[in-house]
Amino acid sequence: MTASLLAIELAYWQQTVLRSVGVLAAVLLLAGTLVYVFLFKMMSFMQSRLGPMEAGPYGSMQLLAEVGKWIQKEDIIPWRADRRLFAMAPYVVVLAVFLILAAVPFGPDAWFTDLDVGIFYVLAVSSISVLGILLAGWASANKYSLLGGLRAAGQLIAYELPMVLAVVGVVIQAGTLNMQGIVAAQADGEIFGFSGIGNPYIITQFVGFFIFLVSMQAELTQAPFDMPIAESELVSGYMTEYSGMRFLLFFIAEFASVGAFSAVAATLFLGGWALPGMDLDADYMNVVGPIVLLVKIMLVSFVVFWVRFTYPRFREDQLQQLAWKFLIPLSLVNILATMALKVAW
Amino acid sequence: MTVTERQQLAYVDAQAAEGRVNVELETDEGMVINLGPQHPATHGTLRITAKLDGEQVVWADVVPGYMHRGYEKLTEVRTYPQITTLVNRIDWLGSFANEVPFILAAERLMEIEAPPRARHIRTILFEMARIANIVLFLGDLGVQLGAVTPAFYAFRDREHVLDQIEAVTGGRFHPNFDRIGGLRDDLPKGWVADTKAVMARIRDFCDEVEALLFGNEIFQARTRGVGVIPPEVALSYGLTGANLRATGVDWDLRRDGDVGLAHREVDWRVWTHPDGDSFARCWVRLQETREATGIVDQLCDGLPGGPIMAKVPRIIKVPAGEAYVATENPLGVTGYYLVSKGDLGPFRVKIRSASFSNVSIVPWLLRGVYVPDIITILASLYFILGDIDR
Repeated sequence: MTASLLAIELAYWQQTVLRSVGVLAAVLLLAGTLVYVFLFKMMSFMQSRLGPMEAGPYGSMQLLAEVGKWIQKEDIIPWRADRRLFAMAPYVVVLAVFLILAAVPFGPDAWFTDLDVGIFYVLAVSSISVLGILLAGWASANKYSLLGGLRAAGQLIAYELPMVLAVVGVVIQAGTLNMQGIVAAQADGEIFGFSGIGNPYIITQFVGFFIFLVSMQAELTQAPFDMPIAESELVSGYMTEYSGMRFLLFFIAEFASVGAFSAVAATLFLGGWALPGMDLDADYMNVVGPIVLLVKIMLVSFVVFWVRFTYPRFREDQLQQLAWKFLIPLSLVNILATMALKVAW
Repeated sequence: MTVTERQQLAYVDAQAAEGRVNVELETDEGMVINLGPQHPATHGTLRITAKLDGEQVVWADVVPGYMHRGYEKLTEVRTYPQITTLVNRIDWLGSFANEVPFILAAERLMEIEAPPRARHIRTILFEMARIANIVLFLGDLGVQLGAVTPAFYAFRDREHVLDQIEAVTGGRFHPNFDRIGGLRDDLPKGWVADTKAVMARIRDFCDEVEALLFGNEIFQARTRGVGVIPPEVALSYGLTGANLRATGVDWDLRRDGDVGLAHREVDWRVWTHPDGDSFARCWVRLQETREATGIVDQLCDGLPGGPIMAKVPRIIKVPAGEAYVATENPLGVTGYYLVSKGDLGPFRVKIRSASFSNVSIVPWLLRGVYVPDIITILASLYFILGDIDR
C-alpha cells in the first residue's frame, strides 16, 4: 500500500521516515492529551477541585510548564546505582510503548507498520516494559525500588496470560492475527443477521473485553493494581530514585502506554478506526479513521482512569489470586465458548 | 581519559552495594527496610524498621522521638494560662481536646467548677475537635490504601468544621480557648444554626465514605482480618479509644469517666466491634463521628444560659497538690498528671498521650504480615506524630 491520500507516490524509505516520525508524534501527543484531560482535569473534577488553572486558558499549558520544569531539573544518579542500567531503564520502558503503537492501524493507509501477525506482535512487545522496570528497580540500589521492580515483574507476568487468552477469543472470531484484518472483520461482521453496525467484538466477546480491561489495568500498573509504585508503601517503587528527564520518560511511558493499550483494546473490541456506515476503503477514512480511533481510545482510557481514581489498591497476594484463580479460568471458559459457537455458526 | 578518584570510589562502592544486596537476597538474613522517618505512610516522622523476608515482615520495631518537642518540660517554665497554647500542639488535628483535660486538672486542684454554659460549649468544641480529627482519618485511610479521592472529600468537609471552630475561637487549628474556670468567650451570633448545618454535612460525608470505602470489596479485602488485636492484648498494651473499642471492650471515658463534661446529659451510645481487626477500628471511628455529630446537635439544642466564666482570681495560682484527669480524646485516653507546689506554673506535668500507647503495639502486630499490611495497620491504628512524641 502507498500513501495515496495526498495522491503522492512516496519511496519506501520516505514512507518509513514519515511513519517513524508519525509514531513518535502519536505517542507524545497521546500521552500529553491523556495527562491533561484525565490526570489534570478529570481527576480534579472527581475530587471536587479545579486542577491547574493558571498556565494558559483553563490550565491547558500546564503540561508545557511541567515538561520545562522536569527538563531543567538536575539529573541525579544515586552513588551506588549501576549507572548504565539506571540510565537505560526509562528508554526501554518508552521503547515498549512505541513498539505497541507502531502496530495499531489508524486508517486504511494510515498505519505505521502493518504486520501479518499484528496482535501477536503487540502482545509480545508489551512485555518489554517489564524489562525496563526490572532494570530500574535493580539498578537504583534502593530497597524500595527493588521491591517495586520485583512486584512489577510478578504482576506483569501474571497478567500477561489472561490478556493473551482474552485476545485469543477475538482472534478465533476474526480468523486473523492482522490488526487491519480484525478491524475489517468487525466492520463486515453481523450480529444474528443484523449488519447495521457490523460486529464490534465488545458485543460477542464481552467477557474477553472485561478480562482485557482488567489485565490492561494491571499491565499499566494503574490503581487498583499500582503496587509497583504504591506511594504510601514503597514511596514511588521503581521510580523512587529517578528525577528530571529520566523521570519524565517514565511519566510519558506511563500515560502513553495507557493510550497504546487503549488503542489496542479499541481496535480489538470497539471496531478500531472503522465507523458503521462508512466505506472501509475510502480515502477519506485516512483522516476520519484516526479521529474515530482517538475517540475510542479516549473512551477506553476514561474507564482506566475512572477506576484508577476510585479504587484502593490490592495486596500483592490478592492480585495474584485474582489473576490465577479467576481471570485465567474465566478466559479459558471464554475461549471454549467462542470455539463452540464459532463451530456451531 | 583519566579516571578521577571520585569515579573510582563510586565504582568500588557500587560493587560493594551490589554484593550487599545479593547477600541480603540470598541468605536467610532478610532485608531490613526503613519506613521513615521520612516516608509517605507515617504522616510525620515516625520511623519503623522492619526486617523483610520477601514481602513478609519477620520483625518490626518502632523508633519514635524524631519530633520530641519537650512539652512536659516546657510546661514547668510557663504559667497556667500559657500552657494551653503548648498542649494545643500535641494532637494537632483535634487541638481543643488537648486543652480540656489539662484545664480540668487545674480546676480540680483549685476546686473551681465551670458554669453549665461553659461546660456545654466545652463539650461541643471537644466533640467538634473529634469530628475534625476523625474526618481527616477517614480521608487519609483511602490514601494509605491507594485511593486518593476520599482524602479530598475529607479536606473539603473538615474545612466547614474548622470554620465553625474558628468562628468561636479565632483559630482553625490551635484555638487556645479553654480557660481555668470557663471559656474565653461566648458563642457568636447564629453559630448554633450554622453548626447544625455543618453537622448534617458531616453525616453526609460519613455516608459518602461508607459507600466509597467501607462498602468497597478491595477495601474490605485489605482490612478485614488484618492486624487482629485480641481484647486482652489490647488491654495489656494500654490501647485506648477506638482501637480498644474495636476489640470489643466497651469502655469510653466520656460515659464511664467522672470528668466535668456534659456528655452524660445527652443521648448517645458507645460503639464497639467484636473483630478487633483493621476494618473494625475504621468502622468504630466512622460510627463515632456520626455519634459525635449527634452529641453536638443535642448540646446545641439544650444550651443553658448564664455566664461562661466562674469567679477566678486575676492571677491564677494553683494550690499545692496533685491531680490526674483523663478524657476520651479523638485518639484515645489523654491524661494530665498535674503536680502543683502553689506557684504560678505547675511543678511537673506528665502527659499520658493516647498515640504513644497505641503505637506501642505495632511491633507485636507487624510480625508475619505483608508489606502492604504494615500500611493498613498503621493507618487503622491512627496516630498523630505530635501525640506520640509530645
